[in-house]
Amino acid sequence: MSKYPVKNREIMQGSIAVAETIGALEPGVIGVYPITPQTHIVEHLARLVANGAINSRYINADSEFSAASILYGAASAGVRSYSASSSQGLLLMTEVIFNMAGTRLPGVFSAVNRSLSPPINIQVDHQDTMTLRDSGLIQIYVENIQEAVDTHVQIYRIAEDREVLLPAMVCMDGWIISHAYEPVTLWQEDAVKEFAGSYDPPFKVDPRKPLTYGALTDDDKITEFKYMVDSALCRTENKIVQAAELFREEFGNFHGDVVEKYYTDDAKIIIVAMGSVVGTIKEAVDRMRAGGKKVGLLKIRSFRPFPAAAVRELLSGAEMAIVVDRSFSASAGGILGSEIKANLYHQNGPVLFNYIAGIGGRELYPHSIMEIVQESETAFSKDCVPDGAVFFNLNEELL
Amino acid sequence: MKLNIGGITEAGQSKKNLTGSWRYQIPVIDQDKCNGCGICELFCPDSCIDINNGRAVIDDTYCKGCGICVKECSRDAIVMQPEGDG
Amino acid sequence: MKEIRIHGRGGQGSVVTAELLAIAAFKDGKYSQAFPYLGGGGERRGAPVQAFCRIDQEPIRLKCQITEPNNLIIQDAGLIELVDLFKGLKPGSPVLINSPDSPERLGFNDSEFMVYTFPATEVALEVFQKPLVNTAMIGAFAVLSGDLNLEALSRAIEQKFPGVTGRNNIKAMKKAAALARERFGVMKA
Repeated sequence: MSKYPVKNREIMQGSIAVAETIGALEPGVIGVYPITPQTHIVEHLARLVANGAINSRYINADSEFSAASILYGAASAGVRSYSASSSQGLLLMTEVIFNMAGTRLPGVFSAVNRSLSPPINIQVDHQDTMTLRDSGLIQIYVENIQEAVDTHVQIYRIAEDREVLLPAMVCMDGWIISHAYEPVTLWQEDAVKEFAGSYDPPFKVDPRKPLTYGALTDDDKITEFKYMVDSALCRTENKIVQAAELFREEFGNFHGDVVEKYYTDDAKIIIVAMGSVVGTIKEAVDRMRAGGKKVGLLKIRSFRPFPAAAVRELLSGAEMAIVVDRSFSASAGGILGSEIKANLYHQNGPVLFNYIAGIGGRELYPHSIMEIVQESETAFSKDCVPDGAVFFNLNEELL
Repeated sequence: MKLNIGGITEAGQSKKNLTGSWRYQIPVIDQDKCNGCGICELFCPDSCIDINNGRAVIDDTYCKGCGICVKECSRDAIVMQPEGDG
Repeated sequence: MKEIRIHGRGGQGSVVTAELLAIAAFKDGKYSQAFPYLGGGGERRGAPVQAFCRIDQEPIRLKCQITEPNNLIIQDAGLIELVDLFKGLKPGSPVLINSPDSPERLGFNDSEFMVYTFPATEVALEVFQKPLVNTAMIGAFAVLSGDLNLEALSRAIEQKFPGVTGRNNIKAMKKAAALARERFGVMKA
C-alpha cells in the first residue's frame, strides 16, 4: 500500500491521463471547441460526462472564442471551469484570455502545444502559448505525462487563490506528451479535490445583487488596474512553490517548483529549456557528464510568472548559458532567450547563447543538444559569440 | 476609495450621470396611438422608457432627447417637442 | 533499451502496434513508451507513417524519435521502394516485413540485418476477412523478438479493444505467433 492517494498506476496516453485528472476535479463547466492535437482530451471528457461518470456541464462551443467566453462566464458566476486548445485555437482565445486576466477570473486551460500556421503544421513548438505571454495568464510547461497530470492537480489551487485569481494554462507538448503512452500514476478523486480546494471568489454574478463587469475605466485608474494584474502574477510565484511542496508531501511527486535544477550546482555550462525536450536534454547532460563535461540543465517550469530570481541565482555561477527556444519573436530572437538575457543584464553572469530549435516538430535528439553545446563552446573559446539568436540546423540549401 | 479587483463595480453607476439635463427636445407619447408594443423601450439607448399599464412612459431624468424612439415607433405615436413647451 | 520503429501506411494500425507493445511491456513489469510521428501527411489514410516504442528496465526520459532502432517492423512491403526504412538501423537488428515472399525474393539475400518476412495479411484475412495486419505482425514479432510476453500482449489487446474486436485480434496474434514459431523456430533475444 502506498502512503500516497494512488488510484491506479497504468500505462496510458497523455491526453487520457489529463482528461481523467480533470474528471477527478470535476469542474462545473467545461467549454471546448476541438482542434488537433487537443482533441483526445476533450473527447474523453465528453465521454466521462455522457457516461455520467462526472457531473460537469459540457458545452460544445461554436469556436474557441466562445469556448473561452464560456469560461469567463462560469468563473464570474463562481464556478470552476476548464477548457483545452492548441495552435490557432489558442490565438482565437487570446482576446478572452486578456479579459479573464484583467477581470481576475481563474479558468484553467490545457494548451497542447502546436506550431502556428502558415504553413499549416500539426506538430509541436511553443509559438502558440508563448504568444499569450503578455496577457496576465499563468503558464506552466510540463516535461512528461506524469508532470502534466500532477500540474493539473496543482493548478486550480494556484489560480483560484484569493491573492491570485488569474486564468492559468498547463502547456504540454503536442503528440510527444498528448499522444504518447507512458506509465503514469492517477490519483484518487477525493484527494485531488481536496488538494484543489474550492473556488470562492470575492465577487459573483448574481441577478439579485447586480454588478458591473467590464466597465469603462479611464486613465485616472487604468494603470492601477494593470499594476494589480502584474502584482497578482508576481505573487503567484510563491503560490506555485507552495503548491509544489505541498504536492510533494501529499502525493510524493516533485517536478520542480518554478524551475527544476539538474546538475546546476557545479556546472560551467547550463542549458535552459522548457517542455518535453527537457527529458531528452537530461539524457544528453548525463552523456556529457560521463565524458567529463560540467554541464547542467535549468528547466523553466513556470514561464508566467517568470522566475527571475531563480534564473539569476542559478545561472550566476556558470560561464555559459545556452537557451533552447521553441518559439521566437520575429526579428527579436527566441522569447525565452530574450527574457533570460534581460534578467542577467547588469549581473556578472554567464555568456548567453540562444538557439531557436525544434520548430514545427523538428526533432531534437540528445546528439542535437550535444551539437548545440559543442558549437557554443567553440564560439566561446574563440570569443565569437553570436550577437542574436541562432536558428539551429537551418537548411541553407532551401533558402 | 480602493479599487476592486478586475474592475468589477457596483451595478448602475451610470445612474449618477443625469443625462436628461442637457436635453433640448423631449419625446412625448400620444397615449391614444401607443399600444405598448415595447419597440421604443427596446431601442432607447439609455433604457429610460418603461411600458407601464400597456403604455410607454419616459423617465425624463435620463432621456437625453436623441429621438431614436420617434424613428422606431411603428405607430407614429411619439413626437419630439422643444424642451419646456410641456 | 529496446527501440522499435514501426513503418506502415495510415490506417494499418502502426500507431496502435506501438501502443500495444508498450502497454504489454508495462504489464510485464517494464518501463515503456510509445508515440506516433504524424508529419509527412501521416493523418491521411495510405500515407507512410512511423510509430515508435521504447522498452527498458529503467524509466525512459528520451522524448525524441528513434533514429537508431534495434528492431524494425514493416507493415507493408510496398514501402521498401518509397521510404528509407533501414535508416539508422543497427547492424544485426531483426527486421520483420509483412510479405508472403521470402527475404531473398525481396532482395535481402546479403543484408547486414536479420530480415524476416511474414504473411501477416494472409493471417489477417483468414481471421477478419479484412487486411487488418497489425496484431498478426505483433504475434510474429513477439516470436522473433523472444522477450515479449504473449499473455501480456493479449491483456494489452483486451484492454484497448474490449469485447469481440479484442478477442479476434488476440486470435490473429496467437495464430500468427504459432505460424511464426514454425517458420522462424524458437528465438531468443
